[in-house]
Amino acid sequence: MDTNRTEGTGTGSLEAALAHARSQAGAPVATQRTVPASSAVDLPAGVAASSVRWDEVVGAGGYASAVLRRDDVVRLTDLSGDTCVNLQAWNAALTSERLNPADTVKVQWQAYLGVGALVLSDLGRVLLTVVADTSGRHDALCGHTNRRANEARYGHGAAHGEQPATRDLLALGAARHDLGRRDLTAGLNLFRGVTVGGDGSLHPVPPSGAASHVELRAELDVVLVVAVGPHPLDDRQGFTAGPVRITAWAAERPDPDPHRSTSPERERAFENTEAFLLAGAR
Amino acid sequence: MTAAAVGPPPLAGPVRSDEVVEARAAWSATVRAGETLRIVDLGGNQAVDCLIYDAHDPTERYSAADTIAAQGNIHLVVGSVLRSNEGGALMTVTDTALAHHDTIGGACSRESNTLRYGHHTLHQHACVDNFLDAGSRHGLGKRDLVSNINWFMNVPVGPDGLLGIVDGISAPGLHVDLRAEVDVLVLISNCPQVNNPCNGFDPTPVRLTIVGPEAS
Repeated sequence: MDTNRTEGTGTGSLEAALAHARSQAGAPVATQRTVPASSAVDLPAGVAASSVRWDEVVGAGGYASAVLRRDDVVRLTDLSGDTCVNLQAWNAALTSERLNPADTVKVQWQAYLGVGALVLSDLGRVLLTVVADTSGRHDALCGHTNRRANEARYGHGAAHGEQPATRDLLALGAARHDLGRRDLTAGLNLFRGVTVGGDGSLHPVPPSGAASHVELRAELDVVLVVAVGPHPLDDRQGFTAGPVRITAWAAERPDPDPHRSTSPERERAFENTEAFLLAGAR
Repeated sequence: MTAAAVGPPPLAGPVRSDEVVEARAAWSATVRAGETLRIVDLGGNQAVDCLIYDAHDPTERYSAADTIAAQGNIHLVVGSVLRSNEGGALMTVTDTALAHHDTIGGACSRESNTLRYGHHTLHQHACVDNFLDAGSRHGLGKRDLVSNINWFMNVPVGPDGLLGIVDGISAPGLHVDLRAEVDVLVLISNCPQVNNPCNGFDPTPVRLTIVGPEAS
């Protein structure tokens, strides 16, 4: 090498390299976590800054994760009106127990998720309850993109590139919780819906075009991993997914809980959840 | 009953195994690339829950979501490619006597039965226990169970999203043929459910035959 690539950066000495490194903090970026969480601004009505546990903006091709405590509420906001979030959830006390998309739709006799819908585990318990939803575009059937599909559609699909497969991002998020690829399920897609025709055909619902949000209440301590990227049925040429804000706060469960007994199936799911909290019955 | 007694068309190629699996039972086998697994619904309207793994790397396994997203339809029909969570082809539906099969209804479990039918069903045998039993013989555990296929099961979705298991469209002697595209491990639960019509409220045996590729 006859050229010095660091010429002019002023990092030739240890002292200068140290100063250079430290000068970088605080650079403005579009996506990052709010630290500390209690410094978050523009909070939902009635949410005190001191109750915020997690606040983060994730962009296209990004992922994030946290552990929610029972009763916490997490709001996911589609800031641009054109995004897709794949959500994975586990019981934090027993991570072999996880979101089961098939049970979620089958037990509730409903393919489309909305307010009052429960996100069910594979052990007959509630992980999350949808307590608010201004989007109405969610999907429990189609799962997330894989690298092979992204390579075919975008020409690239690896995590280091511009069009990462959502599955690979989820695996990176899950790894932070000592969970691996076999711990992933199809998950749920937020902000991009799909309808099923009478002949079984799948029809993507167009993006809303306006900001919207969905709020989920944790019914157990829950490991949550989300990744942002196009829906598997998004056939646009570009890798399109707008930024998503995630804000979670400590909340008090209303008494009586308006979501507990909206159907006999849901009521029994809450009863099973309470049995687990009492005795770890499984 | 007599109309279907004609049975499925004969399979070409050498028979490697041919078993009748009892009602309510678990079954598993490796099917090698090029071989065909035929499932015959002997009694009619018998749901056959099925999971598929790459025999050499079981972290790559059947994905209902990747399968239906890739074909743009929730129905498994002749020509449906059963895809893995990495988008790869595991098996292909090469023939079936049914209009379609299900892959969105999942498997019954002790726990989901309590939600769907009441706490009194907790101790009833269920497909998840069959999958756990069969999987455990191949080093697979609970974390390896994912949304499955339900051969011979009928799960319509209404215009408002109402979704559920209704009377089946199968009959005695109807079949589905699956060609392995790679070496696969197949787990089967001959569904023991008695609380909904997926087995006509009467679980019955099924026949599972593995046939090698036709000699060229």
